[in-house]
Amino acid sequence: MRISSLFPRTRDGHIAFGLGAVSCLASGILLLILVFVFGEAWPALRTIGVLRFLSDTAWYPTDNAFGLAPMLAASFALAAGALILAAPVGVAAAIFRLYYAPAWLKTPYRGLVLLLAGTPSVVLGLWGLMVLVPLIARLEPPGASLIAGILVLALMIVPTVAITAEAALESVPRSCWAAANALGLGREAALLNVVLPAAREGVAGGILLAGARALGETMVVLMITGNIVRMPDGLFAPVRALTSNIALEMAYATGDHRASLFVSGLALTLLVFLLSFAARTGRRMRYV
Amino acid sequence: MSDLSHGPRHVFARQARDGAMRVAIWAAAAALFACAAWVMLDVVLRGAAGLDWSFLVDEPARAGRAGGIGPILVSTGLILAVAIAAAAPLGLATAIFLAEFLPAGSRFAAWTSLSLDVLAGIPSIVFGLFGNAFFSIWLGMGFSILSGGLTLACMILPLLIRTAEHGLRMVPGEWRHGAAALGMSRFSSVWRIVLPAAGPAVTAGLLLGLGRATAETAALVFTSGYVDRMPSSLLDSGRALSVHIYDLAMNVAGGDRNAYASALVLLLFLIVVNGIAMSFSDYLLRKRIAA
Repeated sequence: MRISSLFPRTRDGHIAFGLGAVSCLASGILLLILVFVFGEAWPALRTIGVLRFLSDTAWYPTDNAFGLAPMLAASFALAAGALILAAPVGVAAAIFRLYYAPAWLKTPYRGLVLLLAGTPSVVLGLWGLMVLVPLIARLEPPGASLIAGILVLALMIVPTVAITAEAALESVPRSCWAAANALGLGREAALLNVVLPAAREGVAGGILLAGARALGETMVVLMITGNIVRMPDGLFAPVRALTSNIALEMAYATGDHRASLFVSGLALTLLVFLLSFAARTGRRMRYV
Repeated sequence: MSDLSHGPRHVFARQARDGAMRVAIWAAAAALFACAAWVMLDVVLRGAAGLDWSFLVDEPARAGRAGGIGPILVSTGLILAVAIAAAAPLGLATAIFLAEFLPAGSRFAAWTSLSLDVLAGIPSIVFGLFGNAFFSIWLGMGFSILSGGLTLACMILPLLIRTAEHGLRMVPGEWRHGAAALGMSRFSSVWRIVLPAAGPAVTAGLLLGLGRATAETAALVFTSGYVDRMPSSLLDSGRALSVHIYDLAMNVAGGDRNAYASALVLLLFLIVVNGIAMSFSDYLLRKRIAA
């Protein structure tokens, strides 16, 4: 189709042209973000090089040591741990609301899950800091640790898993249930053998999306994981994630230090892209 | 498919498995319910202790340990107003172009939708980095309400466009045909018929975007900054409510009482905004089922 046929020389055509120009602006924002983050990261990428960010053993950016590996590992450990907890609980919560909950409980249960989904991460971080960290400290000091981060991150992403899994389970055709029942399968057998496999892709997509959210989350991990740069070597060890590192050091970073924070932002973006694209193959992305 | 095989041993094993699954699902659901209720009750109970009228209007004193959140509420309101004022027209125009003017399956539509999907997935701290580099430094806005609001506008744009586009596409095609048959131009049929019909969906999207922007912290720390005085212009630095909670909890010893009270204010505001947004989308759903 020719571009000119989209914008005829009429009032409608002019309006369409104006709207099209605005749309270009809206879809150009992504490009602008990538250009600016990459542009700020470039000096560090050029003079320090990608490899040293992974191979340097320590993070003393003012003393020419730029090892991001411990923080990368901490981010992965936090996101993976949160997913291991949130994925089964989220899927179980979706199954519970759709097939197990008594009628009077369905609406309040959904309300609470949506409330949790809408809770700002800084509020979850506050709760983690004031309630959970002291409890963990009694078990094993100092309290602010990998496990604290994992637990609160899991609580943050459970609604994402539950809401996407509900949508996937609901889109399984009723005839699948009917066929399973006709074969003599009960509720549990039908769920395990027919309905869950049929909803597999949607559920997996939601889990990946939740993983991307956990990886990109800042406030929760900043407030309750202790923020000490080191390889995570135990559940009760304090760690610092990539996102927290940016939040902690941006305020005073200059020169190569600042540029290397943009490098870690770029790395984070790439990781989240990979997860989101994997999720997209399962299902269209949701924002709500 | 062991369920299709027969024999008493299988029946027993199957019953045990079904029972275990039932217990596991109830237990997981109860654990989630309990944790969510724990968070909410904690914030409500400890927040209510410090929340009264003077807390909402007073200036913060002693780094926020005492006093209220008056200037912080004003800054938050201004940041949100900037974000919505920038994102709403941009988002609505893009949604109208995508849904009403572009032929389905065009390359531009595919590219826009991909770029919006990617934009929606960018971590908020990266929006903060971008806002700092672009709005604060490159455009010279410094740490300001304007810079923070525009950063949030970029962040909520995909959500606004998607919900508005979805609402526009739900309007039946016959209405557009009817308008065309009456001799209305493309634009006036969109402006006078399609857009009003999609109004609830567009409003719901705006409110969801507003909620998303209110809940955001990480993107604001390096764009709108920390200053907790009453802002006198959009170029002043202003501390958002979420940033205030973070600062009180992390950097101010003895700030927990006011951190909790601020968290309760934030939570209540979000419940109202998201609740209205959801009642709009529920209303749409009911109308579609009734039609």
